Amino acid sequence: MEQRFDIAVIGGGVVGLAVLRRFAMAGLKCVLLERGSDILSGASKGNSALLHTGFDAPPKSLELRCMKAGYAEYLRIRQKLYLPLIESTAIVVAWDDAELAALPAIVEKAHKNGIADVRAISQTELRLKEPELAKLALGGVLVPGEHIIDAWSAPLAYAHQALAHGATILRNAEVTDGEFAGDEWTLASGQGKITAHVVINAAGNFGDLVEAMARPSPFAIKPRKGQFVVFDKPAHKLLRAIILPVPTARTKGVVLFRTAFGNLAIGPTAEDQDEREIAACDQDTLRRLRLRASVMVPALAKVDVSATYAGLRPASDRKDYIIEALKDRNWITVGGIRSTGLTAALGIADYASQLYAKNFGKLPKKPAEQVWTPVPNLSEGRIRPYMMGGEILCHCEHVTRGEIEAALAGPLPAGDMGGLKRRTRAMMGRCQGFYCSAHIADISKGHFDGKP
Amino acid sequence: MESHDVIIIGGGPTGLSAARRLSDLGIRDVVVLEREAVAGGIPRHCGHLGFGWQSHRRLWSGPRFAAELRKAATGLDVRTAATVLELVKDGHLRTQTPAGLAEMKARHILIATGTRETPRSARLVGGSRPQGVMNTGALQQHVYLHHNKPFERPVIIGSELVSFSALLTCRHLGIRPVAMLEENPRISAQRPGDLIARFVLGVPVRTSTKLVAIEGRKNVEAVEVEHRGKRERIACDGVIFTGLFRPETALFPAGLPSEKFSISGNAVGPLKTSGECWLQGVAAAEGIARKLT
Repeated sequence: MEQRFDIAVIGGGVVGLAVLRRFAMAGLKCVLLERGSDILSGASKGNSALLHTGFDAPPKSLELRCMKAGYAEYLRIRQKLYLPLIESTAIVVAWDDAELAALPAIVEKAHKNGIADVRAISQTELRLKEPELAKLALGGVLVPGEHIIDAWSAPLAYAHQALAHGATILRNAEVTDGEFAGDEWTLASGQGKITAHVVINAAGNFGDLVEAMARPSPFAIKPRKGQFVVFDKPAHKLLRAIILPVPTARTKGVVLFRTAFGNLAIGPTAEDQDEREIAACDQDTLRRLRLRASVMVPALAKVDVSATYAGLRPASDRKDYIIEALKDRNWITVGGIRSTGLTAALGIADYASQLYAKNFGKLPKKPAEQVWTPVPNLSEGRIRPYMMGGEILCHCEHVTRGEIEAALAGPLPAGDMGGLKRRTRAMMGRCQGFYCSAHIADISKGHFDGKP
Repeated sequence: MESHDVIIIGGGPTGLSAARRLSDLGIRDVVVLEREAVAGGIPRHCGHLGFGWQSHRRLWSGPRFAAELRKAATGLDVRTAATVLELVKDGHLRTQTPAGLAEMKARHILIATGTRETPRSARLVGGSRPQGVMNTGALQQHVYLHHNKPFERPVIIGSELVSFSALLTCRHLGIRPVAMLEENPRISAQRPGDLIARFVLGVPVRTSTKLVAIEGRKNVEAVEVEHRGKRERIACDGVIFTGLFRPETALFPAGLPSEKFSISGNAVGPLKTSGECWLQGVAAAEGIARKLT
């Protein structure tokens, strides 16, 4: 395939897809190149699926700016794309006197960041709000705006909306080389040569390697692994709020949170590694996480673990996001988007479009009629397809044959088994495919053959 | 609301045998709710011999045994693709069928939801998450129901009776396991399991060997094991987690709602053979019949 595009986005994670959506909706001819056999197969594969207010982000940072904009846009568009929002609030919990002493500074920082409804709560109020929390909890900071979302449906919706506005998404399309000739980039990819006026680097854990095509990379990616343990559905009712620890300079720490799918999970750890692709769990850490969860909520000791996973955040050696335009290289860098990328993605996309307008020319007018592409609902608490009937294939997560067949069809069918799981939740419950995986493998036979 | 004398949740050996016996005892308003498309339970996909002895004094394969169970249930109200979502309150159920949601009630509800193996996740095994990791149950369905060969040279984790079933399942399609790994110093299954593995099927059984992690990008490439404090890497392309059966109790995590409900067969735990389940189903039916008449 040799085609000319206005914009080539490198990287099909949540950030790349949000950027693609933004430019496609602004009327540009866009392509996205993803190295994996499906979108969301890198950093966006495993995270905690929380929508953050930015209350604890570095003040005046680009990260905070993008988070706030992304948060606001998610709330604006979520109904039109049928994206879930579990309004849960978060509580930063102090477990000892030193942490208790650190709480006022957290409130102060939140107010400085413009999150005005953040306030300290006493031990009594904490116990009233979260009766299952261990008695060791001494007090906390309430952050009403922190919510739970679904980490995969949102970027999938961005992808579908971009496609509906004429964008192209190519998978199995690793960019191996790029050449800039005056006014145009020619990229060598797993799907052939692509030419584009402007390249946007949203390559996540490979961001610095891709950046080297345009310039010596001013940042180095330091993949930071996070391991998670997911408890089975009975755990969901044990908590309402997202329980955050008092953060350190390096990480927001290990969080206990409900999921949109009716589970409760703990994670992530923060472990630096050189490996950019594989996030391996280790048994000792999983055991420690499980134990830690039951120290925080004692009733969890009796609930089974239904899943474990690990993700890799594209942290960098810089303190802030790196989002900048290289005017004379027709290049926009979107790098070092660490753990807050899911929240910030829409804000990052908007910021990137402003950089484009400033450096590469005005964006065409918004199309008179915007197309909205609602995604199927996977979250509990709203109507799910099985409730309307159909044959349930995945019994643990109540996934119907119709949902699986739909995920294997359409403009962006699942590219691999992981993609099918992320689109439907099939095989992600307590039995991990004991009952249905062979059946689903049969249905999906021939669908995962490396096509774009 | 649809109402019956007895509703049985689960159409495996226990549920079908209980339904048959209830009907024979004169309790005819009995409904079996089976969530799979075909009744028969786990034996449906155990393609090797070893079924039917305790219940029928025959030596059948699993699928043959399941077919006999279905035959015995001829004329009974066995509904497939019927999922129970929730035990609501005294004798009520919330269900899902291809037609949608519904509520049902009965004078008594027998839970015969069976058992399943513990998957990788609940064992907190480390490593990456490549394709080719599954339980025996899934492997059997791949091999016997769908004729798929998910891997060529897997390792088998565990040495219970079902682990040897996994071995036989592999052999059916010419899959050659590299090793069978058992954490304990002795294998869990009684003889002649180990002899079968070692001498008939040519698979080394390695005791005191614990799985630490699974390696691989897209597909399984190796497992890391620990034997007497030493770590070792075994190249393979699949991992079969066998056994550690746990009763399927997702419908009642906090116990049964009332005396209108009872449990029988493998949903009670610990693991019984399908023949024993058949006999337990008979006993459960007799108990229910006494209670209702």
